[in-house]
Amino acid sequence: MPADFNWAIGGEAGDGIDSTGKIFAQALSRAGRHVFTSKDFASRIRGGYTAYKVRTSVDDVQSVVDRLDVLIALTQRTIDENLDELHDGSVIIYDGERSTMADVEIPEGMIGLDVPLKRLAEEAGGAIMRNVVALGAACEVTDFPIENLDSALQKRFGNKGQQLVENNKEAARSGQDYVAEEYDHEFDYDLDTTDNDYVLLNGDQAIGMGAIAAGCRFYAGYPITPATDVMEYLTGRIEQYGGHVVQAEDELSAINIALGAARAGARSMTATSGPGIDLMAETFGLVATSETPLVICDVMRSGPSTGMPTKQEQGDLNMTLYGGHGEIPRFVLAPTSVDECFWKTVEAFNLAEKYNTPVYLVSDLAMAVTEQTFPPEAFDMDAVEIERGRVVDDDTIGEWQNEKGQFKPHALTEDGVSPRAFPGTAGGAHMSTGLEHDELGRRTEDTDMRIEQVDKRTRKVETAKEREDWSPREFGNPESDQLIISWGSNEGALIEAIDLLEDDDIDVRFLSVPYIFPRPDLSEEINSADEVVVVECNQTGQFADVLEHDALRRVKRINKYDGVRFKADELADEIRAALAEEEVTA
Amino acid sequence: MSSQVRFTDFKSDKQPTWCPGCGDFGTMNGMMKALANTGNDPDNTFVVAGIGCSGKIGTYMHSYALHGVHGRALPVGTGVKMANPDLEVMVAGGDGDGYSIGAGHFVHAVRRNLDMTYVVMDNRIYGLTKGQASPTSREDFETSTTPEGPKQPPVNPLALALASGGSFIAQSFSSDAMRHAEIVQEAIEHDGFGFVNVFSPCVTFNDVDTYDYFRDNLVDLAEEDHDPTDEDAAKQKILDSSKEYQGVIYRNDDAVSYDQQFGLDTNMSEIPDGAPEDAMDLVREFY
Ligand SMILES: Cc1ncc(C[n+]2csc(CCOP(=O)(O)OP(=O)(O)O)c2C)c(N)n1
Ligand code: SF4
Repeated sequence: MPADFNWAIGGEAGDGIDSTGKIFAQALSRAGRHVFTSKDFASRIRGGYTAYKVRTSVDDVQSVVDRLDVLIALTQRTIDENLDELHDGSVIIYDGERSTMADVEIPEGMIGLDVPLKRLAEEAGGAIMRNVVALGAACEVTDFPIENLDSALQKRFGNKGQQLVENNKEAARSGQDYVAEEYDHEFDYDLDTTDNDYVLLNGDQAIGMGAIAAGCRFYAGYPITPATDVMEYLTGRIEQYGGHVVQAEDELSAINIALGAARAGARSMTATSGPGIDLMAETFGLVATSETPLVICDVMRSGPSTGMPTKQEQGDLNMTLYGGHGEIPRFVLAPTSVDECFWKTVEAFNLAEKYNTPVYLVSDLAMAVTEQTFPPEAFDMDAVEIERGRVVDDDTIGEWQNEKGQFKPHALTEDGVSPRAFPGTAGGAHMSTGLEHDELGRRTEDTDMRIEQVDKRTRKVETAKEREDWSPREFGNPESDQLIISWGSNEGALIEAIDLLEDDDIDVRFLSVPYIFPRPDLSEEINSADEVVVVECNQTGQFADVLEHDALRRVKRINKYDGVRFKADELADEIRAALAEEEVTA
Repeated sequence: MSSQVRFTDFKSDKQPTWCPGCGDFGTMNGMMKALANTGNDPDNTFVVAGIGCSGKIGTYMHSYALHGVHGRALPVGTGVKMANPDLEVMVAGGDGDGYSIGAGHFVHAVRRNLDMTYVVMDNRIYGLTKGQASPTSREDFETSTTPEGPKQPPVNPLALALASGGSFIAQSFSSDAMRHAEIVQEAIEHDGFGFVNVFSPCVTFNDVDTYDYFRDNLVDLAEEDHDPTDEDAAKQKILDSSKEYQGVIYRNDDAVSYDQQFGLDTNMSEIPDGAPEDAMDLVREFY
C-alpha cells in the first residue's frame, strides 16, 4: 500500500468540482494530514473538462505523481482523461443513474462504485449536494473518519445557515452508508488522522498574506488568470489595516496607480500575468528611473500572447530580467514554494524600499493554484521585519538639501541609495521624472550627469549584492558531483524526485534558486560538478542560458512546456536519463 | 498649510523652455494662483504631469511632483490621492496626452470621481513632436501627418466627461488670466474630480486656434446666466459647436466622491515596524 494517497474529482466546469475538491482537501488537512492539491482546468466557465486532485500523506507531500487511487467521475471523460494514472485496484465512484454515465466503462482491474449521487442528495435536501454524497462515499472507501468532513462542511457552509450544514452532513452520511451496505469489499486504503495542526493555502494567497504582513497597504490590479487570487485575497482584508485595493481599467493604469501610491509613501503592489507584464513594461522603466519602490508580481502562465491561460509555464524569466527599453536596474525574486511565496513577498518589499528599486516577484500558475498544508509556524509573523530604507524626516532632511534648501531625491551617494521624502514632509518638495535627471530630479542631458545617474542606479544593485543574502536553497547530497539546478515551483517535485533517485542509489546535489537577479554566483559549483542539469518549465531554457553565461560552461537541460507542471516520478526518470547521457559538448 | 503662501512659492527656479508666447505660461500661472488661493503649499501638493510641451509643467512648478509617461498621469495622481488623501493632487497634460493615448484613463478617472483636479492644456495640436494632428484638431486642419486634415470629427472632451458621469466640467482660456485661475480654483474646491479643459494656444504649430480666434469666439458663461447644476443646460452648451465656452459648464454637488464612498482617510505611508499585531489571525483563517 502506498504511503501517500491520490484522489481526484472530475467533471465539467460548472459541476462544482473546485469547491468539492477544496472541501475534501480541507477535511484531510484538519485531520492532521499533509495535502498537496493540483487543478486541471480549461479556460472556460461552463463546459470543458476540469479536475481537482489531492495528494495526501501523513508525511510531507510537495508534488503531484502519476497515480490516482480514488476518482470521483462525474463524466465519462473524467475516466478517459485519467486512464494513465489509474491502476489496478483504483476505485471509481460514479452515478450510474446520470444519463451521461449510463454506459460507463470501468477499465479492467479497477473497482467501479455505482452510487446514486443525485438521488441520495435529493433525499438529503437537494441535488446540488451530490458531490458531497460522493465525498461521503470516498470516506467509506478510504476508512477516513467522516467527522473530519463535517468540520470542513461547517467551515464551507457555516455562514449560510446551520440547516444547510446539517443537510450536507446527512448527504455525506448517505453516500457513506450506501457504499457500506451495497459493496461488501475491503478497500486497500486507510487514511489515518494525526494530531498535527495545519493550514491549507495556495501561492497567490501566501503572496497576499505576505504583502499585508510586510505593511503593503495599497494594491492596484486588473484581473488576469492566474494572478487574480492575489487581488481577491487582499480585497476585504487589506482595509482592516487601513489599506485599499483598486481595480484599475487596465494594466497600464494599474502599475501607474500603484506607482502613485508608492510615491505617496505607501508600500504598494500590483500583480498580473505575462500579457499584463508586457503592458506594464513602459512604466516599469519610469518606476526604476524615478527610483520608486514598487513590487510587481508576475504569476506566470503559458505564453506567448494569450497562449494557454490556465496552463503552467516559466516562460517570463527573460521578460522580467531584460524587459523594458534601455537599461534598467531591478530585482527579480522567484519564490520556490507556497510558503516561500509569503517570505519572498516580505523580502520584495524590503528590497524595494531599501534600494528604491522595482522588484519583480515571479511566481507561476502551478504554485498559484496549488493548495498545500503547512504548520502555522511556517508563517511566523513575529519573524517579519520591515525595513523602509533611507526615509528622511524633519530632523534629517537638512542632510539631503543643497545650499539653496532644495531636496535631492536622486542624490549621488557612495552606495547608490538616495533619500526618500514622503509628500507632506516640510522642505522635501521635489519632482521626479522618467527623463534623465540631476540630483534634484530635473531633466538633464549633461553627459557627466547622465553617466553619474546611470552608474548610481547600477551601484544600488552592487550594494545590494554585498549587503543581502542571495544564497540558493540546497537539497540532496552536498558532496555529490551530480548537480541539479532549478528555479521557481519545481522545487517540491525535485525534492521528491531526489528521494526516488536515492532509492536507486543515484545521488545528486540540488540547488533551488529563488533569486534571478541578482542571483548567486554558482560558477564554482557548476564548474566543479561532473554533471549539471538545469530543470525548468519552458522550451528554451532561459535560466540555463544565464547560468551558462555566468559559469562559462554548457549545462544539460530538462525542459517541459506542455502546460503541465513537473511530476516527481516523471522528473526522476528524466534526471536518470539526462545523467546517463553523454556529456554536452560546447 | 500656512497662510502666507504666495503663488510664486509654487514656481521652481527652472526657466521654462516653452516658446515665447506659448499659452502654457498662462495656464501654469493660473494653476499656481489657484493652489495658493485654496490654502495649499508646495509640501502638501502633488502635481502629476504627462508628456508633451504641456507635461513640462511639473518641472517649472515647485511641489512634490512626478513627470510620468505619455498618457498615464491620471492613474499616477489616482494612486497618490488614494494613498494619502491629505494631499492636494493636481494632474496636468495635453490634449494628445489626455484624449488620445490616455483617453481610456480619462473616462475612468472621471467616473471614479476621486477628489482631485485635472487640467488639460488643449492646443489642438501635438506641440512637442512638432506639429501633428491631435484628437481635438479640426477635421480640415492640415498638419505634417494629415496633409488634407484628419478627416475625422474632433473629440469633444466635455461631452466625453459628461457621458462618463463627470461631476465637475469646466473650460477656460489661458490668456484670460483671472477667469482661468478662478475656474481652476473652483475645480480644486469641488468635492470630486474637477476637470478643466484649457484653451492654451500653440503659437508655433497651430495657426488656426490662435489667441485671436479664441478672443473672438469665446463666450463666458458667467455673463450668460448659465446654471451649471442644470444638466440639460450643460448638455446644450457642451454640444453647441458653433461657439467656444468659458466657465463652469456642469457641476453635480450631489455626486459622492470615490474617497468618501470607500472611506479613504488614511495616510498609508505610516505602517508598523513589523507584521500587524493580530497577523497570526490571517494565518489561522486557513485552518
Ligand atoms: C508612448 C509614447 N508615444 C509617443 C511619444 C511621443 N510624444 C511625446 S509628446 C506627444 C504628443 C503630445 O501632444 P499633447 O498632449 O497635445 O501635448 P503638447 O505637446 O501639444 O502640449 C507624443 C506623441 C511618447 N513620448 N511616448
Ligand atoms: S511648440 Fe507650441 S505648445 Fe510647445 S512650447 Fe511651443 S508654443 Fe507651446
